[in-house]
Amino acid sequence: MRPMRLATLRTLGAAVLASVVAVPAMAQQPAPASGAATMEAVKSRGTLSCGVNTGLAGFAQPDSQGRWAGFDVDYCRALAVALFNDDSKIRYVPTTAQNRFTALQSGEVDVMARNTTATLSRDTSLGFDFPAVNFYDGQGFMVKSSLGVKSAKELDGATVCVQPGTTTEQNLTDWARANNIKFTPVVIERLEELVSAYVAGRCDAYTTDISGLAATRSVQPQAAEHVILPEVISKEPLGPAVRHGDQRWSDLVRWTHYLLVAAEEFGINSANVEEVAATDTRPEVQRMLGKNGGLGAMLGVDNQWAVRVIKVIGNYGEVFDRNLKALGIQRGPNAQWSQGGQQYAQPFR
Amino acid sequence: MSDTADPRLLRAPPKKGIRLSWTDERLRGIVWQLLVVGLVGGIIWWLVSNTAHNLEVRRIATGWGFLNREAGLPIGESLIDYNPTNTYSRALLVGVLNTLKVAVVGIILATILGTLIGIARLSKNWLLSRLAATYIEVIRDLPLLLQLLFWYVILQGLPAPRQSLNPMTGVFLSNRGLKLPWVQWQDAHSFALLGLVAGIVATFLYARSARAKRMTDGQPRKVWPVGLGLILGLPLLIWAALGAPWQGDIPALRGFNFQGGLTVTPEYFALLLGLVTYTAGFIAEIVRAGIQSVPQGQWEAAEALGLQRGRIMRQIVLPQALRVIIPPMTSQYLNLTKNSSLAVAIGYQDIVSISNTTLNQTGQAIEGIAIIMAVYLCISLSISLFMNWYNARIALVER
Repeated sequence: MRPMRLATLRTLGAAVLASVVAVPAMAQQPAPASGAATMEAVKSRGTLSCGVNTGLAGFAQPDSQGRWAGFDVDYCRALAVALFNDDSKIRYVPTTAQNRFTALQSGEVDVMARNTTATLSRDTSLGFDFPAVNFYDGQGFMVKSSLGVKSAKELDGATVCVQPGTTTEQNLTDWARANNIKFTPVVIERLEELVSAYVAGRCDAYTTDISGLAATRSVQPQAAEHVILPEVISKEPLGPAVRHGDQRWSDLVRWTHYLLVAAEEFGINSANVEEVAATDTRPEVQRMLGKNGGLGAMLGVDNQWAVRVIKVIGNYGEVFDRNLKALGIQRGPNAQWSQGGQQYAQPFR
Repeated sequence: MSDTADPRLLRAPPKKGIRLSWTDERLRGIVWQLLVVGLVGGIIWWLVSNTAHNLEVRRIATGWGFLNREAGLPIGESLIDYNPTNTYSRALLVGVLNTLKVAVVGIILATILGTLIGIARLSKNWLLSRLAATYIEVIRDLPLLLQLLFWYVILQGLPAPRQSLNPMTGVFLSNRGLKLPWVQWQDAHSFALLGLVAGIVATFLYARSARAKRMTDGQPRKVWPVGLGLILGLPLLIWAALGAPWQGDIPALRGFNFQGGLTVTPEYFALLLGLVTYTAGFIAEIVRAGIQSVPQGQWEAAEALGLQRGRIMRQIVLPQALRVIIPPMTSQYLNLTKNSSLAVAIGYQDIVSISNTTLNQTGQAIEGIAIIMAVYLCISLSISLFMNWYNARIALVER
């Protein structure tokens, strides 16, 4: 019995010793989700993990069959089509305003298309990149029309519903300070509960990006009871975000956006893209749609990616109209640069 | 003295040197301990260095520098002066105080409500005991988060400020919360409050000395006249001496909201209500178990001595029941404190809510979570220490 036990002990001891020695060796391995490997990780996994809103009409919302749809969701779909030629190979990860950054930092999602404002600190100290701005927005206020308020300047003393962990929250305090307005905040994390608190009258006003206000208003049973005040108190450039330091992945996200914008500029849409690809003689269109130039390969996808994406998703205007027109959101700053807007695709060359 | 050896040393076994052999028990012990310490240390080192490496690769900011930066986040209710230009550390302090505000008040109210329900459950009145039993079963079986959302939605159903309920002058109940009249706080009030605390301490000391004297001469002394004088008279005297300032702060509807007065927000009230009613269900069962654990013979023996029932309860049964009640009660107090973090769901800005926002604005998740853990650890350990001290004090002293 005794020698037996000793032998077991020795084996155990050796195992423990080996694991102690192995620990520093393990530490040398690169962390799985970091570095420049997102594109390869996504390709080898076969699905795209896309961070979206928990539910914001027009931007990201599951329908009655559980299929996600919306402006941001279309960007996830565009990426999946570019990579896999299949817009069902996406795992949608609904994220709240508070947990979205952790989800991207930790590698739980590959890209976050979640109406997120690009700011300096998010670009730097949070460790992100914002490859493109797909929606120029600004923050506003919504009140009940029964309140009789015509301007945000009249909101002194009001109770304001605001989502925590957003630029909205900070803009609100900056604006209130600058305009010498005192307000009582009601801060609720989940959008549904925040909106229901506003609708129930817990707050006089609800503040977020104007597109979000319009989206919220559009799903209220009595939409006419709510007015969006004219003031725009901030710049909110919204766009997809990726982890910093992964240039190849960030390139693909950026040029997918430019593809949608350029397609609209050149009059290419989901209905005519194949015909245009076959017949159009404009050199930039030919490069963009993969007839020559090999631009797709430079991005790490194949040269037919542009035709596929436009065929399935449509151009920027189609994406906008499909998702946001019904909410009463105008193109405004999101019109083409040639129409006086700010959507401007860099050249496909 | 020095030349008389300790007899225990004489009887001690002879010292042996450590042999470099696996059969030496002490050598084996040392080797194993070194291995285990090395393993644990290695794992910790790996976790820390791996995290640091990944943070650096992703250019995520680290460190505690953000605590001194301007927070810019709005906070709805605060026990200390706060505005968005203050630092993150002050915002976090507001959060800690908000957590304590709900935990302390919650623990006191849950103890009172739970004890009453526990005693009601033992009542000989059929209706009362069944009502208490039903309450306990329903409340304990529903998830707390659900109850909190329920209370919050109920409170949102109250009328708007302009149609608020006004049961008496200066008291308004609306979906903005409960508004109460208050006094405009001045230094005299703070000193009077100090006087109240001093009065309570003095009364306690007096009661102790009265008890000590009774032990020597057997004469009962009335404590309450002196106590009343000290607890009520002392603060009133201080207040009057400082000019008896009295300026009411009556809430009034101006613009969108009520201005002035004391506010109990719907968020705080819903959280408090949810925590108190939920925890009281558990406390009631603990109290019932405690009282039932005292043998019937104790009652009978006390009755045979001719003591009144109330006195038997207070001086014979309850002190024995407390020994059973206190340890599980400590767990309930800890549960209530930790459950208060569900405040996030209904928008009460406790430490979790503010810390979450902070980590979101600064991107420093590790620091933010560390703060939340440290705060709950401190509060919970304080509660445990106090309750363990109290438990030791009331424990059975064997003579």
